[in-house]
Amino acid sequence: MSEELIYTRPESLRERKTHYCPGCGHGIVHKLLAEVMDELGIREETIIIAPVGCSVLIYDYINADGIEAAHGRAPAVATGVKRVHPDKIVISYQGDGDLLAIGTGETIHAANRGENISVIFVNNAIYGMTGGQMAPTTMSDQITKTTPYGRNVQDVGYPIRACEMLNTLAAPVYIERTSIHDVKNIRKTKKAIKKALQNQMDGKGYSFVEVLSTCPTNWGVAPVKAAKWVETAMVPYYPLGVFREEKETV
Amino acid sequence: MHEEIIISGFGGQGVLLAGKLLCIAAMREGKHVSHIPSYGAEMRGGTAHCKVIISDEEISSPVIEHPTIVLALNAPSMHKFEPKMVEGGLMLYNSSLIQDKPSRSDIRVECVNANDISEAAGSLKAANMAALGYLLKVKPEIASMDALKEALDEAISARNKKHNPVNIKIMEAGYRS
Amino acid sequence: MSKSVLMKGNEVLAEAAIRAGCTHYFGYPITPQNEIPAYMSKEMPKRGGCFLQAESEIAAINMVFGASGAGARVMTSSSSPGLSLKQEGISYLAGAELPCVVVNMMRGGPGLGGIAGSQADYFQATRGGGNGDYRTIVLAPGNVQEIADLTVQAFDLADKYRMVVMILGDGYLGQMSEPVILPEPDVKPVPKPWAVSGAKGREPNKVMSLRLTPDDYLEKHNIHLQELYKKVEGEVTQSEAYMTDDADYLIVSYGTSSRIARKAVKMLRNEGVKVGLFRPVTLWPFPMKELHDLSKKVKKVLTVEMSAGQMLEDVNIAVNGVTEVDFLGKLGGALPEANEIVKIVKSYG
Ligand SMILES: Cc1ncc(C[n+]2csc(CCOP(=O)(O)OP(=O)(O)O)c2C)c(N)n1
Ligand code: SF4
Ligand SMILES: [Mg+2]
Repeated sequence: MSEELIYTRPESLRERKTHYCPGCGHGIVHKLLAEVMDELGIREETIIIAPVGCSVLIYDYINADGIEAAHGRAPAVATGVKRVHPDKIVISYQGDGDLLAIGTGETIHAANRGENISVIFVNNAIYGMTGGQMAPTTMSDQITKTTPYGRNVQDVGYPIRACEMLNTLAAPVYIERTSIHDVKNIRKTKKAIKKALQNQMDGKGYSFVEVLSTCPTNWGVAPVKAAKWVETAMVPYYPLGVFREEKETV
Repeated sequence: MHEEIIISGFGGQGVLLAGKLLCIAAMREGKHVSHIPSYGAEMRGGTAHCKVIISDEEISSPVIEHPTIVLALNAPSMHKFEPKMVEGGLMLYNSSLIQDKPSRSDIRVECVNANDISEAAGSLKAANMAALGYLLKVKPEIASMDALKEALDEAISARNKKHNPVNIKIMEAGYRS
Repeated sequence: MSKSVLMKGNEVLAEAAIRAGCTHYFGYPITPQNEIPAYMSKEMPKRGGCFLQAESEIAAINMVFGASGAGARVMTSSSSPGLSLKQEGISYLAGAELPCVVVNMMRGGPGLGGIAGSQADYFQATRGGGNGDYRTIVLAPGNVQEIADLTVQAFDLADKYRMVVMILGDGYLGQMSEPVILPEPDVKPVPKPWAVSGAKGREPNKVMSLRLTPDDYLEKHNIHLQELYKKVEGEVTQSEAYMTDDADYLIVSYGTSSRIARKAVKMLRNEGVKVGLFRPVTLWPFPMKELHDLSKKVKKVLTVEMSAGQMLEDVNIAVNGVTEVDFLGKLGGALPEANEIVKIVKSYG
């Protein structure tokens, strides 16, 4: 009788229980990233930049070198690392507050320089770590700790579409938005992460993958409902797909 | 009277609210009170606790090093705080969820079937209320049951007041148990 | 008199600010002060004020610069790593002499550190964390009632001296609930003829910190600032002396650590040890004279703080060698224990 091994832990993922809440998207994205690192054989070549956010401890889970950046500064730290080690794989892993609020400047300028790095952007439409305040990607009318009456877009602006915004720049080589709300989309997310890392290995330049993700805890819903909410509320506003595939020639 | 109380349990068992209710009840009866919650990432997934002081005198320090009372709603809480208790202190534990017994012989031990009482009285979520009721039975000098019931009215926002009658029933059931 | 209510330090601070006439609040989330923006986001819209979550602490403090320059009573709040980012704006506010209230509910550092309360930003607060020769008034509440009272005072002091007033609390104070009687200040609008509001029928106002011409302009401005700070030193110092009349030993401590020190004083008094507590309420200006006078009467001074010895430097300056100064410091969010203090003071006898 032959036995098929269904799940093995990727070598790039440490054997350690994460601190993430049940149904949190960070765990899924970590696992995808680790699988891709295994498949590309780059674990020992990778340097991961941790953001400030719930994934601040990513260096405890991904079995590779890690640096913890100040809040929002991961793309700048990644730039520094990459300029020292141009042949290493540098990944900036960030949440929406980190990447699109306090770190908008760093995000745009790293992209505009076409740094040869891969940015993985986990968009859960909220500040997870600090207990559920409004994020730049919080949906219109969404209730959070700092939008107790719902996000009023007339007052605090519209949710920012990161891919579309970065797609106005000339330098990036690859920009895609994916989601983890079901198995099919999780697979697509893995493919996108792989492509982003492959681009970097090939020396192509800046790659950006936005992953629509869940925060059941701060959304105040059960994990299944959270996945559903990504599909029904987020995906229509944040369309999935590839925005950029090749370097624009200007 | 001067009691330094730690209330501890899983996040979601309502330990912070329990502490607030004790404080408000005692405050309305002229006592000095203070309340410090555990907070932030400390709470994610794990246990939550609060430190409550109730005293006849002005409270110098709200920090509790050695509690005189521990109200443990789950087993990790009991094991965590038992060693820190003062000699002669009161360990009141939730025997619905805690099978072990405290090991120290120099403390007073009481138990309350808080979850069972809560369930029997109509809520799966009010073990904290049952435990508070029982606490006031064994330590009536902290506050009266009437004050505790009124505290509920003061602490709960209008939106959630509809649960108050059930909670009061459960407090009383805890007190009588 | 109004009834006391049980409220969290952070929420009391926000409520007191609104009652003190704060109409604009700008902030960015960070633990352990998140209850302040949460409270403001709920209350400000109902009470005619403005709450705005900025995209960073740098943006928040610069929104404060704008609102203050436009004449509003304005506040921002954060915790240690956020305060580091605000330093640029605080320096600009000081340079342009703009009044505002800045709250730091300190947590342990350096860097991201932890979220437990700490007192490790004393130097940053009292020495100025930004560039240039400037001061901010620093108020250090010791309990929740004082958070309320000092918040009201902070706005008055800021407007009176056109200075940044910092409320320096810590995570424990922010999270702690105690009974409080909320202040009902009589807020009178302070005329701010220097503010920008449109130069209708008057010469244009300029709010700025760049001073290039004539050659001695910047020097003159600095001399003016130093004169202002001298005046503040003479006028706003506050402190509390507890059981110091007959004391042989004196503990100096502020904020949360002073609460533990106070407990130690009571324990020691019960054992007949004559010890008292001196608690600075203003950290800048530091109550130098008050502490100096007291230290002349005691055999030893013990400084207790949750840092590696930052206020200790001011204590040494105040005591100026008239008696010995000892130190107990706790690091990275740890708290001193009353028993520990008791043991140390007993070892003096
Ligand atoms: C300078 C500074 N300001 C604020 C904070 C507090 N802080 C920690 S994480 C965070 C936002 C987290 O949200 P996001 O980036 O969306 O990550 P998530 O937790 O949702 O994955 C904030 C505001 C900080 N650590 N440093
Ligand atoms: S708070 Fe939200 S983002 Fe953070 S671990 Fe929990 S579910 Fe994930
Ligand atoms: Mg987020």
